[in-house]
Amino acid sequence: MAAASFTAAKFLAPVAARSGGEKAPPLPAGASSSSFARAMRRGGAHHPRLRTALAVSSDVLAGNKAQAAAANPAVTREEALELYEDMVLGRVFEDMCAQMYYRGKMFGFVHLYNGQEAVSTGFIKYLNQADCVVSTYRDHVHALSKGVPARSVMAELFGKATGCCRGQGGSMHMFSAPHNLLGGFAFIGEGIPVATGAAFAAKYRHEVLKQSGPDGLDVTVAFFGDGTCNNGQFFECLNMAQLWKLPIIFVVENNLWAIGMSHLRATSDPEIFKKGPAFGMPGVHVDGMDVLKVREVAKEAIDRARRGEGPTLVECETYRFRGHSLADPDELRKPGKDYFPVSFYFFASLVKFLVLTRLSGEMENGIKASLAKFAVVWYSVVPIELVNETLLSDFSFLSSLHSSYLICQHSDRYDEKSHYAARDPITALKKYIIEENLGTESELKSIEKKIEDVVEEAVEFADASPHPPRSQLLENVFADPKGFGIGPDGKYRCEDPKFTQGTAQV
Amino acid sequence: MFEALREALIEEMKLDPTVCVMGEDVGHYGGSYKVTKGLAEMFGDLRVLDTPIAENSFTGMGIGAAMKGLRPVVEGMNMGFLLLAYNQISNNCGMLHYTSGGQFKIPIVIRGPGGVGRQLGAEHSQRLESYFQSIPGLQMVACSTPYNAKGLMKAAIRSENPVVLFEHVLLYNMKEKIPDEEYICCLEEAEMVRPGEHVTILTYSRMRYHVMQAAKTLVNKGYDPEVIDIRSLKPFDLHTIGNSIKKTHRVLIVEECMRTGGIGASLRSAIIDNFWDYLDAPIMCLSSQDVPTPYAATLEDATVVQPAQIVAAVEQICQ
Repeated sequence: MAAASFTAAKFLAPVAARSGGEKAPPLPAGASSSSFARAMRRGGAHHPRLRTALAVSSDVLAGNKAQAAAANPAVTREEALELYEDMVLGRVFEDMCAQMYYRGKMFGFVHLYNGQEAVSTGFIKYLNQADCVVSTYRDHVHALSKGVPARSVMAELFGKATGCCRGQGGSMHMFSAPHNLLGGFAFIGEGIPVATGAAFAAKYRHEVLKQSGPDGLDVTVAFFGDGTCNNGQFFECLNMAQLWKLPIIFVVENNLWAIGMSHLRATSDPEIFKKGPAFGMPGVHVDGMDVLKVREVAKEAIDRARRGEGPTLVECETYRFRGHSLADPDELRKPGKDYFPVSFYFFASLVKFLVLTRLSGEMENGIKASLAKFAVVWYSVVPIELVNETLLSDFSFLSSLHSSYLICQHSDRYDEKSHYAARDPITALKKYIIEENLGTESELKSIEKKIEDVVEEAVEFADASPHPPRSQLLENVFADPKGFGIGPDGKYRCEDPKFTQGTAQV
Repeated sequence: MFEALREALIEEMKLDPTVCVMGEDVGHYGGSYKVTKGLAEMFGDLRVLDTPIAENSFTGMGIGAAMKGLRPVVEGMNMGFLLLAYNQISNNCGMLHYTSGGQFKIPIVIRGPGGVGRQLGAEHSQRLESYFQSIPGLQMVACSTPYNAKGLMKAAIRSENPVVLFEHVLLYNMKEKIPDEEYICCLEEAEMVRPGEHVTILTYSRMRYHVMQAAKTLVNKGYDPEVIDIRSLKPFDLHTIGNSIKKTHRVLIVEECMRTGGIGASLRSAIIDNFWDYLDAPIMCLSSQDVPTPYAATLEDATVVQPAQIVAAVEQICQ
């Protein structure tokens, strides 16, 4: 299956039915349709993962993966290994951050990116050095993907003078001029206008200054979350970007939660990608847990922007495995609770079973088997997805028990975390690489080892680095330190020797 | 004055192709106060960008463009509208050079007309000097004559720092002969308007004219006020101010800002910190009333400082 050549019409086509890749949670066979339908009506119908009308932009990896790979490989071996390495770097780095935080080396608000690596790698690895990336407070991995050395990022997190921002920015303000990483912003939405400005500058350089790269316009990618999509700056910038056809891609990392606010509770129309066409630009939804799909969409959007055709809004369905920040107790995302104790359903189902089989001789065997399987469900030893039709279809009693249990799970909060843990982007890419013979198990292991060494070295570097001296306090307040003004003695304050020591009064 | 500002913009845009203007109605309309009249025809629609009504976002856009090497001049159609851009001005404009460890500079100029006009109503009569003055990383200047308007505009565009240039609605039609040759005013210096011996009057923007009017009356009454237009609202030019205080030993501050937390309040504490020993009398500060500017003419006149009050204040100080 060849990758379809890009046309905007493709993105603007009416929303199609799901075409693979993005799976709904497994429906229990034998679940009485009426009880499940009741569950859907009560709450499940609003859950995006149970809706079927989501657009999937890229067909490249749908269907038979082996065929697709053989006919037109989605990635080369080098690319696949590069993507793998980048995602592993993101994951190992963030896990190390958590460790360091709890050991008291890192402070304040630290927002980790575990689970979302496919989005960062998928987009940023397709960019050039001259292209810009603008992020939010969840920016460590964007910095790493853009090429900022792990040691600079770690030192910045430790607040040391060797950090990429000299220790002055911290976790939420990662900047790197050589890598064109324009931040790192603490308030949501405030990076989007900055990204729009960077894209405007790219267009200005091309049209007014007559300077352009050989590939076309320099592209800017703005990353932000689902919560930001209800903020005015988002809409204002969508308008301006499309109005002037700026070379920017708006990437929504929709991980369904804005700290503790569920996307569904905050948004009147939760399908963010549809807001693109409202402004005249393509709006694309992609499975953000699959790096190859993200990369396909990224290619099309970035190439489009480079040609000067304007912006694209890409909504990546993704998930953060950890809480909002290391200070977040993450209580709202626990697996769903039953509305009634499971024992109620057990006994209700037992009664139903007894009524149905009261004349049958298989009752005794049936009860033993049922109890055994019930124990499995009761203690949640096995993830709910595995307690499927093959186990339960033989007993209508257990299937009705199971459907009752699932009513609780699916009607309000099913187990999101394990659902997405099963779609870990790194595991998925690893599996793909091995299945498509793009790499061996041992090559991947050596990449992982290499990354672990890199991150260890980053920690050692950061540990050994000095704290910023007092004299650094005032140095970067103004680009031109004459901005501190003229002192009573007639001289500019910045000429005062005590100024550089950080002890002068301003 | 609007022509002086316009000349400054044209000269700078000719000199440096990275200078661009963005704001509402700056392009085809020529600017609400004609400051950018004809610029779009001269430099094109991208260099003189008509923006949609989204102050926060287009100010942020200016900041992003500045980070990537352009030198935008962002116009707020009325200074009050820049309250909507406060997020970008405070967080990004003021801070990004610092939080990036000096990697990105933001040579942006944010300008617009503010101050109390002629019965424009409360929201169009705001003075934002006091709101912005605490933002670290920002410089603020206020122009008051065509001469210093042109000079300050040029200096602000050439500065590597983000500068907020406060213009006044009622001063746009001020006329003055200004030099043909190129000149620049220093962003950090104050301007000596009228040397004197008895009292230092510190003022800026439109109040300069009220002070000068009061000065005529005072001279007739035998006083000799020294009038300084501080021009640089942040940072204060303590050299010029200090020299004056050392001479006269009495200070009166006349401003259009609100009393609470205004420029006068900061200036007063700066003077006390630095020149306490030179003062013979408590520093007096005349500011606007802490009210939203009323529409009615009589009430509006009572909100701002009038020349009669200035005369009375000087008489009181000089007792």
